[in-house]
Parts: sequence; C-alpha cells; structure tokens
Amino acid sequence: MKKVYGSADEALDGLLFDGMLIAAGGFGLCGIPELLIDALVKAGVKDLTVASNNAGVDGFGLGKLLDTRQIKKMMSSYVGENAEFMRQYLSGELELEFNPQGTLAERMRAGGAGIPGFYTKTGVGTVIAEGKEVKEFDGEDYILERGIFADISIVKAWKADDTGNLVFRKTARNFNPPAAMCGKVCIAEVEEIVPRGSLDPDGIHLPGIYVHRLIQGEHEKRIEQRTVRKREEA
Amino acid sequence: MPWDRNQMAARAAEELEDGMYVNLGIGIPTLVANYVGDKDITLQSENGMLGMGPFPYEGEEDPDLINAGKQTITELPRTSFFDSATSFAMIRGGKIAAAILGAMEVAENGDLANWMIPGKLVKGMGGAMDLVAGVGRVVVVMDHTNKHGDSKVLKACTLPLTGKGVVNRIITNLGVLDVVEGGLRIVECAEGVTEDELRAATEATIVD
Repeated sequence: MKKVYGSADEALDGLLFDGMLIAAGGFGLCGIPELLIDALVKAGVKDLTVASNNAGVDGFGLGKLLDTRQIKKMMSSYVGENAEFMRQYLSGELELEFNPQGTLAERMRAGGAGIPGFYTKTGVGTVIAEGKEVKEFDGEDYILERGIFADISIVKAWKADDTGNLVFRKTARNFNPPAAMCGKVCIAEVEEIVPRGSLDPDGIHLPGIYVHRLIQGEHEKRIEQRTVRKREEA
Repeated sequence: MPWDRNQMAARAAEELEDGMYVNLGIGIPTLVANYVGDKDITLQSENGMLGMGPFPYEGEEDPDLINAGKQTITELPRTSFFDSATSFAMIRGGKIAAAILGAMEVAENGDLANWMIPGKLVKGMGGAMDLVAGVGRVVVVMDHTNKHGDSKVLKACTLPLTGKGVVNRIITNLGVLDVVEGGLRIVECAEGVTEDELRAATEATIVD
C-alpha cells in the first residue's frame, strides 16, 4: 500500500481528463485543498464540473481555476465572494447549480455511502424542488435528491498517517469528509504525514479506506474575514 | 420610537431558553448572542461547530476556526467540531431548537423569502433552506418595512421562497407577531409604537 506521493502533480498523475467531476472540500477558504488546486491549474485539465460549497475568492482557492476558465460548472450553496465567478456566470460562460448547503453535504455523503438518492424536506415548495420527484411520508412532502459520485475528490486535512487515516483541525473539517467519501479516487493534502501507529485510532476522523493518495505540504491558510475583539472589552 | 437593531436583538434573545441549541443568522441575529445573559445557550455554526465563542483577541485569530459568515471566532470549553454532513443532519433532524434569521419578506402563512431577488446578483441560499426546513422553531428578525416604506410582512411573498410555511414568530422594529391559523397575531408592540401603527405597516392579515 503506497499512498504517499512526492508532490500534488504526482498525486494527480493519470487521474485527470477534460469534462470530469471533482468534489472539493472546504468552507470559504477554510480547509481548502490549496496544493491540489494549484496542481489542477498547472495540469490545464478543462471543462470541469466542481462540487464545492463555495467557489473561492478572486485569485485564491477555486478562484484560480475560474481565472484560467478551467471550470465549466459549479455545484455550490454560496458563491458571493468572487467577482470573476459572477462575471463568468452573468455572461453565460459558467454554469451554476445551486444546492442548499445541507443537501450538497448529504449528496456527497450519500454518494460515498452507495446511496444514489434520498428524500429531504429542504427546499420543498421552492425553486430547488422544480423538476424533482415529490413524495409524501407521514403526511409531509419531501423531494428526491441524488447522491454525487465524483471522478476524484480533493480534500485537505491537518494530519494523516501513511495509510491515509485523516485527522482534521477545528472547523477546517467542514465538507472534507463527505467530499472525500464521494470520489472514485480521493487525493488528500495534509500539513503533516506521521508514521502509522502515531495517531490515536479512536481519534481518526476519516478512515484511510476513503483516501487513495496523500501529499504533505505548506499551506497559506488565508483568512477571509478577520474579526477580532479588543482586550479592554474582556 | 421603534426598536433599533440592538433592541430587536435583545427582544429576540428573550425567545431563547436555558439549555437550547440555537443557530443565529448573519446581521441582526448575530447580535442576539450579546443579550442571552445568564442563560445556558449553545450556538451552532453550520460549517461544523457547536459551542461558538466570541471573536478572538487580536493576534489570536486561527484560520482553521471560523463561523458560517467566514469570520474568525473562538471555541469554548463545551465546543465540539464535526463535518458538514453531520452538521446538517442535526439541523434537518430537528435537534436544533431554534434558528433566528433575517428576511426580505415573510407572509402570513409563514412563507419566508430571504435568499434571492430576481434580476439581482444571487449569491446562494447557503444553509438557510436546510435550517428553516429542519429546526424546531424559526424566528425572523427584520425591519417591518423596506427602504421605500413598503411592508415586508405580506399576505403572500413576491420573492422566491426559502421555505414554505416555516416561520413561527416575526420580530421587527415595530413589534412581535406570531404566525397562527388565518394570519398573524400581534404579540406585542415596540415601546412607543401603537397597535394602529403596527397594523398600518403590515400588509398581512392580522387576526385577533
């Protein structure tokens, strides 16, 4: 079992093709796979559909793949932080499929769990329900949502052991586990790879079975909204 | 005098009871956290956290620790972290007692519109549709009228919905209304606001 690769380029080698579906972890700029996004830019693969809660900001995160016009379609819940995204969307260059945030997370989790569809009350009676099957359970309406089965997943964790067991840090966990689960091949980038046996088995957040390739690297971890309080207010 | 933002937040905080798990939206709802006093309230942040603490001191910001508005925050002794699927499982599953949210329009049947204006830049619904569909109680906090003076408390929403029949209580700068059978019932008026003024600013049917 060799999961550890020397670089993001090597970890993506042989996996990429135009028109593919990529599931990406992260919430805003928190817990995003920075190194794998850079490698996708370098690889030049195009017409991508990307399932990711957000679309990065101008020049950072998935915004980099928008700048190079490599993304054809986004599946997201909130895309407000990116001027280039809006420009491409309004000019018709970029498709956008809005998903309620919980529906997007569950679609990924379901795909990874072998569940092709599930019923949810989220979005009943709204534009999100248009064209979807409605089914009544116990007197309440639910809509059918599909599981997401991605060609690859790109995720970011804090630590991994060399077998791919992952540990996340604080709210940087977010979409990373469900995104990781729904890819045929999952590539994870982490801040530190430690030898097997050095992570507490009870403290593993995502078992290595979901992780096929691993890289370690330096992360910028940009803060999107720096908010602080003054000491004298304490 | 109608209530200002902070007075609306303080009134909304009265909705919260000891032991509740609560999700606060962006804007005035965020201010509610300043008025919970001694009540034992656990705040959920839908990006994957229960037990959200205040903003960090300068120099102590952690890029791995943000709220759903992408702001840097802190943790508390009770804090737990989890992934987005788990976060919305607790929301959809009805484990969160209440959500306090802003709105563009609310209708007398409890319909809520707070995510898009056709023809304008649409940023997305984020977690709002999941929250209103799943939590135990939905409290809307908003101005009673828009900047043109038109009522935001309507017979029927004109904007695309976030949820159908989901709102339980509306707290505005003019007072508090509950969604009941047949329309809205006035719970209270803001200090200095008469019931006639509240009725005049409300397009929705008011029932006694």
